[in-house]
Amino acid sequence: MKIRSLLLAAVAVLPLLAACSGGKSDKGGADRPITLGFSQVGAESEWRTANTRSIKAAAKAAGIRLKFSDAQQKQENQIKALRSFIAQRVDVIAFSPVVESGWETVLREAKAAGIPVIVTDRAVDVTDDSLYTTLIGSDFVEEGRRAARWLIDDMKDRKGPINIVELQGTVGSAPAIDRQKGFHEVIDADPRFKVIRSQSGDFTRAKGKEVMEAFLKAEGKNIDVLYAHNDDMAIGAIQAIEEAGLQPGKDITVVSIDGVKGAFQAMMAGKLNATVECNPLIGPQLMDIVKKVHAGQTVPKRIIVNESVFDRSQAAAAFPSRQY
Amino acid sequence: MSARFKQLSGHTLFWPLLTLALLLVANGIFNPGFLALQWREGHLYGNLIDIVNRAAPLILVSIGMTLVIAVRGLDISVGAVLAISATVAAWMIGGALVVDHGVTTAVTRLPMPVAIAGALGVALACGLWNGLLVVRAGMQPIIATLILMVAGRGLAQLIGGGQILTIYYPPYFYLGNGFLLGLPFTLFVVAAIYALTHVALNRTALGLFIRAIGVNPVASRVAGIRARLITIGLYMFCALMAGVAGLIVSSNVKSADANNAGQLLELDAILAVTLGGTLLTGGRFSLAGSVVGALIIQTLTSTIYSVGIPPQVNMVVKAMLVFAVMLLQSAEFRTTVRGWLVRTERRA
Repeated sequence: MKIRSLLLAAVAVLPLLAACSGGKSDKGGADRPITLGFSQVGAESEWRTANTRSIKAAAKAAGIRLKFSDAQQKQENQIKALRSFIAQRVDVIAFSPVVESGWETVLREAKAAGIPVIVTDRAVDVTDDSLYTTLIGSDFVEEGRRAARWLIDDMKDRKGPINIVELQGTVGSAPAIDRQKGFHEVIDADPRFKVIRSQSGDFTRAKGKEVMEAFLKAEGKNIDVLYAHNDDMAIGAIQAIEEAGLQPGKDITVVSIDGVKGAFQAMMAGKLNATVECNPLIGPQLMDIVKKVHAGQTVPKRIIVNESVFDRSQAAAAFPSRQY
Repeated sequence: MSARFKQLSGHTLFWPLLTLALLLVANGIFNPGFLALQWREGHLYGNLIDIVNRAAPLILVSIGMTLVIAVRGLDISVGAVLAISATVAAWMIGGALVVDHGVTTAVTRLPMPVAIAGALGVALACGLWNGLLVVRAGMQPIIATLILMVAGRGLAQLIGGGQILTIYYPPYFYLGNGFLLGLPFTLFVVAAIYALTHVALNRTALGLFIRAIGVNPVASRVAGIRARLITIGLYMFCALMAGVAGLIVSSNVKSADANNAGQLLELDAILAVTLGGTLLTGGRFSLAGSVVGALIIQTLTSTIYSVGIPPQVNMVVKAMLVFAVMLLQSAEFRTTVRGWLVRTERRA
């Protein structure tokens, strides 16, 4: 009820506002800047911060008015933000979903209001594909596969069993689900490897460290490999490994995903073995698509960002050009 | 049941300590190696050390929370104050890692003592704000501190520019990672603060005053106790504890995360205080009980990690354990159980 009355109020006020700004009320008005409502997950990692910066900078450069909302890693905040964007009648909504499921209702509301929705970075799980226009972002399953392939290649001369501990991301989030899936797809085919422990570190350093400490106590020297769903957890876990008197990167091979600056520093110090890049600098690409979508052009349903894998031999060379 | 046992079980600390002991024993049985301690890299190493080290921030906050609750207050802003303190410290120490001809050097923005004093000063100011809202503006404590709980994280993000601030200054890491005489340095911080608080409460009239205010604020004021001043002071103490916890947390992970540091800490602290036998209605409190309560919570968390419970059901398992612990601690529940036992005995 509340939302409906808000909507009504917004609709009632809109023509007035438009009249003030020169009487251009139809959507395609060329001299009226496009308004983009963007709902971000939060600021849980360096990666996310770079993602936010890129989007803000690109919006400014493209002359798009950006309404930015930080969900602080809570789905209810994000749904609230999307509803307020709908009430404010923004031209395009973009959001990076905290978790995969539970978006049907709010996306239906956006569709009913005629506002195109772009999903960035993480996928949503909806039965009706037409609820969003396009998904721009990385392929997390592929990232998981790449991490596994790098590991198999790195360990090709080693005999089994090779014990892996896994630090998962936030339970239920797309990157956590997909990075686990992709990794297992590849690694399970090689009988030498075995994932002996898997626990959530919530994508944060503090949790990554805490969980790794417990793994080390429980498994001791059995751990050969640490696979972390993001660099920050790996950075936290590296501290735990050092405090246990082991050498990260040597006694325990560490591979993680994202490619943040901290990971490159850790690689240069020899503590991290490899990181699979997950490019957060999608701002310019996103703004392009926002413009296209707003102009009514068709865009592909899935747009993938360019990415690669870095290991220690490339770290020092690549470090200066890293932006996040 | 012997009189000796009755006397023993009547002690405030009996049930919290028994719970902690049961948890540790159960871990020792089902989880071999959990209780093992080793000497590694010049310090003790093992799950028990981790538990103490990890519980340190929670213990400190629980000590502060105990005293606030003792005067019928509540401070749910401790998590946010922790985040503010961590961010202020991280920002003031600065995060510049200068790479010059392949040599990396850590550069601080301000000297470390200034940063620590600054962070604790900000925490004290937060406590003053809470205290004034409760005492001067007459707000309900839960609402008064809710303001800072919500706004505080925003404030912390503002200071940190919405980013995780990484600290590149090794001396600062000692606070949360260092070892003294083979034990974590945080343990000494906690012990010192606990001892000071204990002395202040028991060797001066402060403890008596706090109990009096908790039992009847009006009567204690009429009797000449400066109830308002003491209450404001306790809110400031509680915030200061959260501030010290913030320093420990940021030092431990070498960064400050305004969004996640100290998340849900207020609830854990209230749980720890309750587990320790402090009445939420004020008047009766136990500092030592709160410390044990905090240790129980951290032991639960460590247990979950080392047993290898799938992450999807972590929360449920933790909730069930907390439920069992609370039942064990409830005098009423124990009486009921005893009633059943007596009845079945008679029938047999």
